Amino acid sequence: MPQNTLTPDYHFLEQVETTGPFQASACYQCRKCTNGCPVTFAMDIYPDAVIRLVILGQRQAVLGCETIWVCAACETCSTRCPNNVKIAELMDCLKEMAVQAGVPSPQPQILALHASFLKNVKRWGRVFETIFLPEYFLRSGELLRKWQTGTWRAEMRLSWQMTRKKRFPMFPKTIKGKNEVRKILARRKQK
Amino acid sequence: MKVSYYPGCSLEGTARDYAESILGICASLDIQLEEIPDWNCCGATAAHSIDHRASIELAGRTLNLATKLPNSDMLVPCPMCFNRLKTAAWALNQDFANRYAINLQGALPRIWDLANFFATEEMLQSTAKHIKKPLEGLKVVCYYGCMANRPPEITEATDFENPQALDRIMESLGATAIPWPYKTDCCGASQVLSRPDIVSRLVGKLYDMAQRVGAQAIVVSCQMCQANLDMHQEKIGADWKRNFSLPVYYFSELIGLAHNVTGVERWLRRHITDPFTLLKQLNLWNNP
Ligand code: SF4
Ligand code: SF4
Repeated sequence: MPQNTLTPDYHFLEQVETTGPFQASACYQCRKCTNGCPVTFAMDIYPDAVIRLVILGQRQAVLGCETIWVCAACETCSTRCPNNVKIAELMDCLKEMAVQAGVPSPQPQILALHASFLKNVKRWGRVFETIFLPEYFLRSGELLRKWQTGTWRAEMRLSWQMTRKKRFPMFPKTIKGKNEVRKILARRKQK
Repeated sequence: MKVSYYPGCSLEGTARDYAESILGICASLDIQLEEIPDWNCCGATAAHSIDHRASIELAGRTLNLATKLPNSDMLVPCPMCFNRLKTAAWALNQDFANRYAINLQGALPRIWDLANFFATEEMLQSTAKHIKKPLEGLKVVCYYGCMANRPPEITEATDFENPQALDRIMESLGATAIPWPYKTDCCGASQVLSRPDIVSRLVGKLYDMAQRVGAQAIVVSCQMCQANLDMHQEKIGADWKRNFSLPVYYFSELIGLAHNVTGVERWLRRHITDPFTLLKQLNLWNNP
């Protein structure tokens, strides 16, 4: 008796492709994407397997995996795929689906980074790093982690150097069209 | 020459050195930069990661503002912004463009990645004419990162696996651009904030190779690459149990140095990894 058989859910591929085209079904598993990927060492499922699992409709497996979050969006995979599969773009689509479906990110600080960034854009229409960076460090728990691992001293020294070198401006530049920007960002829940 | 200009958010903040060096060399080359009025953030990695529609519409709003200026070229120094603007320009011209709540309202200017703009024949010639002190003896590797080149159907790059723009600029300034295999390998970009361990592995690999091919410095055109390679060198060296000391220059800073533009010292002082000692050793430091 075969064990752990998969039940393909082909609707998942269709659902994914409505925001594409990603051409996922053209994948013939050559693994060129994975071989050129610089971040495989931090992934739980390799990029070619993500594509395969999407085709097989393994929703939970791909929406909950580390890979879609640690992907650096470097576009090497999409550039080199012989079948024009948009792997990197598909990784984004899966992240967005995971957020909308409330699937918790196994890398919560990465999601917190994106959410803090967009919150900042919403506030001023542009990113104001002087507020965005500390806010992210607080919100994501990264500050606490740096404290616990003792790396905060080096971070503080770097922040102080940056401040002294006047690379953190005092005031944000806000724009007239910030309401248009807010409208664009209001449609999706971000976390 | 007058061109439209989209600086992007980091050039108003942490990448002030890049911003000031661009203003410096453009003034000396008589290029007038007309900033897109009321431009907004392109959304960067955050938007394309978790809000695709917003990523196109945010960049789309800025594109529409750009159509209102009369210039035929638009310069974008940040490769991330460049990539997002080009992606939006592409997406808003596809048959699925009606997915987005924004339309392009006019003819777009040509969107240029800044390094590619400075690497055209015409610009190389005009840059060469202004050289006061060639950068002889300076041996660099040019590091392009991801976003100015990939994916090629968006960026319209043809030499995306082995780009040449920065190499050409460096050679024209009299420096030596050493060929190396990691020109377009990723630095980890914003992961520096959320997964510094990943960035340490990716960037350490770059330092290691740069040293192995005999480079004295790394030349970049991206403020994220610059930050990742420049700011954490000591820490990454410690992770790798190595001693790395590679200044990370923007190509625009080196153009400024060769042209002897005022301000080079002010730009370089904002770096974290010492950019001066090497230039002094090579007798290239005489800037006012
Ligand atoms: S490179 Fe393309 S065809 Fe090859 S495994 Fe990856 S997605 Fe499939
Ligand atoms: S885009 Fe992501 S999956 Fe593709 S090669 Fe880069 S890091 Fe790997």
